Amino acid sequence: MEYVGLDNFFRLFQDRLFWKAILNTLLFLLVHIPLQIVVALALAYFLTQKIFIRGFFRASFFLPVVISGVVVTILWQQLYGLESGLINRILISLGLGRVEWLTNWRVAMTSIAIMATWKNVGLYVILFLVGLQTVPTSYYEAADVEGATAWQKFRYITLPAINPTIFMVVILSTIGGFSLFIEPYIMTGGGPLNSTLSAMLYIYKQAFEYYHMGYSATLGLFFALLIMVVVVVQKYTIEKEDI
Amino acid sequence: MKPSKIILFILLTGAALSFLYPFYWMILASLTPESQIGELRVAPKELTFSNYALMFSKIPIWRSLLNSTIVASASTLGVLIFGSMTGYALAKLRFKGRDLLFFVIIFTMTLPFQISLIPNYILMVKFGWVDTMAALIVPALNNAFAILMFRQTFKSIPDDLIDAARVDGCGEMRIIYQILWPNIIPTIITVAIITFMSSWNDVLWPLIVIRNEHLMTMPQLVTLFAVGGRAEAQLGVKLASAVLLALPIIIAYSIFQKYFIQSMASTGLKS
Repeated sequence: MEYVGLDNFFRLFQDRLFWKAILNTLLFLLVHIPLQIVVALALAYFLTQKIFIRGFFRASFFLPVVISGVVVTILWQQLYGLESGLINRILISLGLGRVEWLTNWRVAMTSIAIMATWKNVGLYVILFLVGLQTVPTSYYEAADVEGATAWQKFRYITLPAINPTIFMVVILSTIGGFSLFIEPYIMTGGGPLNSTLSAMLYIYKQAFEYYHMGYSATLGLFFALLIMVVVVVQKYTIEKEDI
Repeated sequence: MKPSKIILFILLTGAALSFLYPFYWMILASLTPESQIGELRVAPKELTFSNYALMFSKIPIWRSLLNSTIVASASTLGVLIFGSMTGYALAKLRFKGRDLLFFVIIFTMTLPFQISLIPNYILMVKFGWVDTMAALIVPALNNAFAILMFRQTFKSIPDDLIDAARVDGCGEMRIIYQILWPNIIPTIITVAIITFMSSWNDVLWPLIVIRNEHLMTMPQLVTLFAVGGRAEAQLGVKLASAVLLALPIIIAYSIFQKYFIQSMASTGLKS
């Protein structure tokens, strides 16, 4: 083994494709996390109501969570199909135009983020459900006496009470999102125009397509440090935020 | 029923459909002739197994099913046996450096896996384990999450039970597996489900250490089949392989649904 000092790090800072891959991954998180929180919170809130076959709903939201990402990706690759894809056929029959889900470089990463949300949201529904059940009902009763609106109740009672759950969901989906790999690997191979090249996919390609093991290990180390910094920053901003 | 309840019910039904219908569609499409998949909505005009037949002739899918079963079962068994040993030692035995050891284990949990992926691969190369089952099973025989789960559960068990067993002449192994295990069934189920599922669904690690088609796990084989040219851009065949990959988990999930949800939710809450 040859000792190369910091050469790999200098190379990393000049590697424009690596920085693009990091930006792509951050873009993915930017769509994925807010979408995930809103959808999971809404579904969890619906499920707190007493409603017929609630267990069935919960179980069906959770189904994609247990199924392999490989299956979900192969399935969604078809759903996103340009001509015969199910989603475009529905859009066209509704009189809306078709969308270039995977072939337009501006859209492709968002499409993958939507799919990832669909796959994981069931887990976060359950976590929010647990969080929502810890809010004492007496708070809502008191708010009713004061004449609070539904939005006020949500904003001033529910949201502060589930802040720890939101924090957990953000951290978990950040860590999960940073390891985005198999979805672009199967669906787009990183294209079009490298727009869905995630950092993890790039690290994999460096090691196992170009056989740059040492460089790939450097990228992995740097990327892991970046993940830790992002998570720590998130931790402090969310904990400070007294909503 | 109040009107608001009805709206809520419709919303939930719509959401449930958007999660279930794609899977239903996938199973049907895998049974539909290629030329008719494009029009498929609710029920196919004719059913065929030709997609499956074509897939069987192209890839050793049964072999990969066997491989996946071996790998997932072996690592689950390993994690239960070694994880509870480690967890027990950290919870109930006193020895020098115990807290430091526990701290190190927790610390490895907080490290992103990206940091160790390539070094782990190089380790496998040095061991000569690339393209062997050992590369898939041995590194998965214990993990920090299981150790943590077992440690927390063992901590909640009173020392009196263990002391009484010692007085009766039980060794540490018998204490763990015969005295303590029957008391921690929920933890065992949780650890088993999480380990089995993450092993069954893992695809990155197999992609890295296995190249021989006959040693590949099922998700790996299906991935390479879908990405490489061998499915010949035939959608039905790709979907058939995806259905076969999903089926064992769908069956297990429909039977043990409650345990799956509880286990996965508890891991989220723990971390």
